[in-house]
Amino acid sequence: MRLSQDQMKHVHGWLLLTPAAILLVSFTHYPTVATLINSFFSKGTAIRPSRFIGFDNYRSMAEDPIFWKVLGNNLWFALGTIPTSIALAIAMALLVNRAMPGRSFVRMAYFTPTILPMIAVANIWLFFYTPDIGLIDKVLGWFGFAGHNWLGDPSTVLPAIIIMTVWKEAGFFMIFYLAALQNIPPELGEAARLEGANRWYFFRRVLFPLLMPTTLFVLINAVLNSFKLVDHLFVLTKGGPDNASNLLLYYIFESAFSFFDTPYAATLTVVLLGLLAAMALVQFFVLDRRIHYR
Amino acid sequence: MNMMIRKTLKGAAAAACMTAMTFGMTAMAQAKTELTMYYPVAVGGPLTKIVDGMIADFEKANPDIDVNAIYAGNYNDARIKALAALKSGKPAQLSVMFSIDLYELIEQDAIIPFDEVVKTDEEKAWLKSFYPTLMQNGVTGGKTWGIPFQRSTIVMYYNKDAFKAAGLDPEKAPASWDELVASGKKLTKADGSQWGMMIPSTGYPYWMFGALTMQNDQVLMNGAGTRTNFDAPATVEALQFWKDLGSKHKVMPEGTIEWGTLRKNFLEGKTAIMWHSTGNLTTVKKKAKFDFGVAMLPANKRRGTPTGGGNFYIFKKTTAEERTAAMKLIKFMTSPSRSAEWSMKTGYMGISQAAYDTDKLKEYVKGFPYAAVARDQLNFATAELATYQTGRVRKALDDAIQAALTGAKTPEAALKETQATADRLLKSYR
Repeated sequence: MRLSQDQMKHVHGWLLLTPAAILLVSFTHYPTVATLINSFFSKGTAIRPSRFIGFDNYRSMAEDPIFWKVLGNNLWFALGTIPTSIALAIAMALLVNRAMPGRSFVRMAYFTPTILPMIAVANIWLFFYTPDIGLIDKVLGWFGFAGHNWLGDPSTVLPAIIIMTVWKEAGFFMIFYLAALQNIPPELGEAARLEGANRWYFFRRVLFPLLMPTTLFVLINAVLNSFKLVDHLFVLTKGGPDNASNLLLYYIFESAFSFFDTPYAATLTVVLLGLLAAMALVQFFVLDRRIHYR
Repeated sequence: MNMMIRKTLKGAAAAACMTAMTFGMTAMAQAKTELTMYYPVAVGGPLTKIVDGMIADFEKANPDIDVNAIYAGNYNDARIKALAALKSGKPAQLSVMFSIDLYELIEQDAIIPFDEVVKTDEEKAWLKSFYPTLMQNGVTGGKTWGIPFQRSTIVMYYNKDAFKAAGLDPEKAPASWDELVASGKKLTKADGSQWGMMIPSTGYPYWMFGALTMQNDQVLMNGAGTRTNFDAPATVEALQFWKDLGSKHKVMPEGTIEWGTLRKNFLEGKTAIMWHSTGNLTTVKKKAKFDFGVAMLPANKRRGTPTGGGNFYIFKKTTAEERTAAMKLIKFMTSPSRSAEWSMKTGYMGISQAAYDTDKLKEYVKGFPYAAVARDQLNFATAELATYQTGRVRKALDDAIQAALTGAKTPEAALKETQATADRLLKSYR
């Protein structure tokens, strides 16, 4: 039997799709579904096997004050890191897009934090934040300020971590903005100057709208990172003091590997997945429509 | 036709040959018992090299046993890896893991008690040869599940130069809570350049708290791992004292104190006293630019510290031969002379009296008496906090301690809440 041309095309198509599909299914779709299923079962031990308990895990999650605490922390963390790092990235990109002495050196300096692994960054900042002997307290000391226990005080620990994350991320986003800026034709700037537009007006009305596709991309990345990046917590605070710097993903890790409560970790993961999916959808369907693509 | 038959015969002969060879090789491999062992490293220094060296010595002495010792990160990582290997069906036969993982491992039905493996009288005597205090975290329900290996206690490091400068006797470390506060007040400088003392409250707050409660003559949990005493009056008092060191006596910074940077604080002279693991001893000895002392923790109603560190466990999914081989390895690694060597190289303590009776450790202690403080303190030591659901219970206590130290809750309220949490978690195990 010979396949018709049309059928052959289908076979070809599926064959081409197979490698990617296998990877996607085994590493993305299957774990997602398994997580969802796990979240409906109780924690199994050798003595008491796991059994179906419906929404009990979700109920105990809703009653878990630490869950609400880490969720709140995560929202503050996102609010603290995303706008600041994007604004900073644009500012840095504008700065190093101009002709200036030592330009490549400045570009490199801005980009360096990105190259470092998060664990290394956290180790460096741990000593910045150390009370009295840390860099920050030493510098403040010159101006006569007393030392502060940055990571040991519940009211300063989250801002301290936000600042470190912004420092780490802004350089990465800058690269995208820099690339985007170099794709903007110089005629636009010349035309604006002829028309007498000031630089702020030019940025607000011309550059920023043209950068919007990049901003969307960066925004998605920043949002994902604000939920995905927890490496620094292992080094800096372990979520403390008293969960003041605990984030959702770190709590998931704790539940799974410190408490061995995999079903509860699965439940939390479902919430995290739901949050991320919802945010991605908002970004794609709401923001995307307002963006001008050339 | 003939040719074909001949060819077939040849092929069959070759195949038979190969099969025979394969069989032979399998037989040879079977003669050697293979052991896989995970071990964690929780303090600085070239510990993996030391372990590898000990394993190599063991293999030389026991050519029929092949040991595959895998460094598995910190205590948490080691437990995760060992349990993951167990679930994947390629389990390790033995591992060094956190002594307080005991109940979790029992609940997972992952390990066997050593009582099932020891047979001869000599082995039964071996089981009794370790310091009893170090066995507390390895024994429950009348059975021994863990054999001590890399063990430590909390000790008090103090800066003798700072003591002299403050007019204190550098040879006499504070021995009671009152003396601690009094010395602390003399050692704390008004301009904030030097604190009297620091007790770390991140990383392992529950461990430090175990010392304070024991000094107040109160243990944190029962031996079965099913009950906690977090809201006992003596426990509350101990937390109140910890908090008072910062907020009332002003001899310690307020808020939490970072575990990871504390050693640097001490070495830089920012604090005159620190409480820390004996595992830091060798590093402090190497790096301190001032004269330092090591002493037992002070007493309130009595002296006290929890033990800490890692034990050997044998996993359940093992054959009889593997268990025998694992026993051989554990006996080798915990023998007095090995334990003495291990203690000198790392700062961990010798695990039996016999280890301290070896000539080399005796000699070492003579030259560096602080190496024996941890051992002497064992007389006052208690088990490290370990219960069923240990991760959750521990975190609840950690959170309560940090909430009290940062002033978010009063010690009493924080500990009451924690006790309620622990009761809820442990109810079904009683």
